[in-house]
Amino acid sequence: MGAPETTARGLRHAIQQGTTTAEAACEAALARIAATNPDLHAFHLVDAERALNRARALDRATGPQGPLHGVPVALKDNITVAGMTTTAGSKMLADYVPPYDATVVEKLEAAGAVIIGKTICDEFSMGSSTENSAFGPSRNPWDPERAPGGSSGGSAVAVAADMTPLALGSDTGGSIRQPAAFCGVVGLKPTYGRVSRYGLIAYASSLDQIGPFAHTVADAALCLQAISGPDPHDSTAAAVEVPDYEAALTGDISGLRIGVPRTWLREGVDAEVTAAFERSLAALVAQGATLHDIDLPHSRVAIPVYYLVATAEASSNLARYDGVRYGLRIPDARTLGDMYDRTRDAGFGAEVKRRIMLGTYVLSAGYYDAYYVKAQQVRTLIRRDFDQAFATVDVVAMPTTPTAAFPLGALNADPIQMYLADIFTVSAPLAGLPAISVPCGLTRDRLPIGLQLTGKAWDEATLLRAADAFEQAIGDWRG
Amino acid sequence: MAGTHDDIDVARVAALARLELTPEETTLFTKQLTDILRYAEAVQQIDTTGVPPTSHFGTGTPVWRHDDVQPSLDRDRVLTGAPGASPRAGLFKVPKVL
Repeated sequence: MGAPETTARGLRHAIQQGTTTAEAACEAALARIAATNPDLHAFHLVDAERALNRARALDRATGPQGPLHGVPVALKDNITVAGMTTTAGSKMLADYVPPYDATVVEKLEAAGAVIIGKTICDEFSMGSSTENSAFGPSRNPWDPERAPGGSSGGSAVAVAADMTPLALGSDTGGSIRQPAAFCGVVGLKPTYGRVSRYGLIAYASSLDQIGPFAHTVADAALCLQAISGPDPHDSTAAAVEVPDYEAALTGDISGLRIGVPRTWLREGVDAEVTAAFERSLAALVAQGATLHDIDLPHSRVAIPVYYLVATAEASSNLARYDGVRYGLRIPDARTLGDMYDRTRDAGFGAEVKRRIMLGTYVLSAGYYDAYYVKAQQVRTLIRRDFDQAFATVDVVAMPTTPTAAFPLGALNADPIQMYLADIFTVSAPLAGLPAISVPCGLTRDRLPIGLQLTGKAWDEATLLRAADAFEQAIGDWRG
Repeated sequence: MAGTHDDIDVARVAALARLELTPEETTLFTKQLTDILRYAEAVQQIDTTGVPPTSHFGTGTPVWRHDDVQPSLDRDRVLTGAPGASPRAGLFKVPKVL
């Protein structure tokens, strides 16, 4: 995993040198998927014909090649491609064929990427294991009896198992970084507003952000470069300059100030994760970085804040699934109201219903101020803690997850225990900040562990520089 | 009292959310939602006096675009995905309202 020929940059280089072609790269990806997907179930849909046609067209094209020329890319199945079934992991959208491309799809293809297909995800991105997918679960390539993480689990598996060098996911409370940590790949959640969400099937709109999975930080930087920037179709995609992320990867982190919230990390983190985290900090210090104790007191309640805010937004966003304009409709309803109720009962899975119910409750008269507004106020405090920390440090380091990948089925019966898998990832989206998970070691059972770095808003460049230098310093973390 | 979850009425919430729940789902969700809200009490114990709520983070500067007419999605193509639609008439169709 992660050999040069399996990275996007390595593949781009090989195509530029003429040692391979876009078509051959596409066929290799399809062959790998055919061999491994029956066991790992990363992909829900593979559109081989579309991908091969696209790759052949790239090989025929003359003129300058894009930065992702011929690179196969997998998409989480909540990102729309015109004419390609997009389910968001839900029975509600099992046969939904979108009439338009997401902006990230247009941007990827403009950069020369080849879209291979759609990956398994928890229904409407609600979950931490892909077990909430109506079509899942995906399986962790390091141990198929374990969860790949979620909600973008299929995308993490696609990269980890060398099916595609790059994949896109979306992160609302950790849905890129947590599966990246579980599967031993790099996963980046950009700053809120860095990447257009036009064509992303909405879960919680103040949190959702699209980002890349890759084998290397350099590949993640390459992909982020391609998908970032403002978009006339999405007013939350900010008019902020997109710097040259590859140029930011200088390998030099001497003097980089790293904040560590040590008092918080003493609580409930697996000993092997803690040991890998401490080794990671030592590797960063060896490269010239300095460590500083910081405190993020309000992040201790980030999980309940997240579940109040995200479910409120979800209850509103998912009101659109009413059986009228697209998606599932129960055929024999006698009245409109009957059709709404029974369509939604049949189309949504248990976790989605649970979150719609919670969100509806916290927005309902009499509870709105006590739950929803209160959570939004604490959200302000969570961000203020980070702002205070960033007055003296450049990035914040934490483990991505408190444990390595858990067994499939282990946390299903207890929603709160499943939610706690996201304890270290929910703060960044609540605060609108960019964060990245980089592989940093293995447990004795050979399960990957992730190091998470969180950066200042709009400063993915520093985040990527730090993560890239860490990756070089740690070397072969599989050893 | 507002702000406590002792009186969570799952059937009422389901009606607001337009979800038809089975009796089993109602029982399960009553317990699970009560547990989750109890877990959320930690949020309510935090002093937020004078703290403004955050709906989302942005740059603080609105994003503008020119107010030009742009092509919209093709009607026939959109109606292709609509259950029970009348593409010839160009209409969505629903069961009778009354």
